[in-house]
Amino acid sequence: MLIERYIYLAIALFCIGIVGVLARRNAIIIFMCIELMLNAVNLLLVAFSKMHHVAGVAKSASAGIDGQLFVFFIMVVAAAEVSVGLAIIVMMYRNTHSVDVNFLNRLKH
Amino acid sequence: MDISQVLFYALSAMALGSAIMVVISRNPVHSVLWLIITFFAISGHYILLNAQFLGIVNLIVYAGAIMVLFLFVIMLMNLNAETEPQKNKWLKLAGVVAGGCLLLVLVAALKQAEVKGKVAELGTGDIGLIKNLGNALFTDFVVPFEISSILFLSAMVGAVVIGKK
Repeated sequence: MLIERYIYLAIALFCIGIVGVLARRNAIIIFMCIELMLNAVNLLLVAFSKMHHVAGVAKSASAGIDGQLFVFFIMVVAAAEVSVGLAIIVMMYRNTHSVDVNFLNRLKH
Repeated sequence: MDISQVLFYALSAMALGSAIMVVISRNPVHSVLWLIITFFAISGHYILLNAQFLGIVNLIVYAGAIMVLFLFVIMLMNLNAETEPQKNKWLKLAGVVAGGCLLLVLVAALKQAEVKGKVAELGTGDIGLIKNLGNALFTDFVVPFEISSILFLSAMVGAVVIGKK
């Protein structure tokens, strides 16, 4: 499969995530769109790792394996991020009784 | 067109369609369910690229653990389509236009890039198997691996401290 098609797919998924972050006000949906963007990047990293494997397999048998390990570490960081982020959102819900991000404007005043 | 190409296009359409549904559905529970379908499609892509370990980890960690956490929080707050805050339609339109502009810029930049003719082979190669990934993880990447365990510990402590008040 041509690498361009994977790049187009990842760009499309990433932009859908951007639109979600910009157009929604629910903090949880915004958080889910961030996960969507992370996954678009993960998909692209795996596709590039396979591409470099094809190019460098003559030199070493494990060429391109770094890309897949980066994806593994991104998943680790995303799991940690979700646990802390959801705790913050629960905290915000307790204080304002809403998940609307427009209530979080105290820095403006 | 062989079977892997058909699968590629089917999974891509599934991922894009359900990603759009995540953004436009009014009920947050529906958004979570659509996002799970997106993650299944992305896992299918990983398996198609013969990255089987990542495909399974993506299912277990993302579609299994993280999405269940999201569902728990949404049901704990009793969110539904009636309580959903809505932006006014001009702000929504501005968001869509901004995202579309980013899409345009990235696609235009890709037209100039030298990626023509490079391929990511489907269904071949063994770098995605557990044996090879584990070998690299516990030799070259052992320090980041240990640091990520400290990261998890601090995330756990942070979540408990934030949630306790």
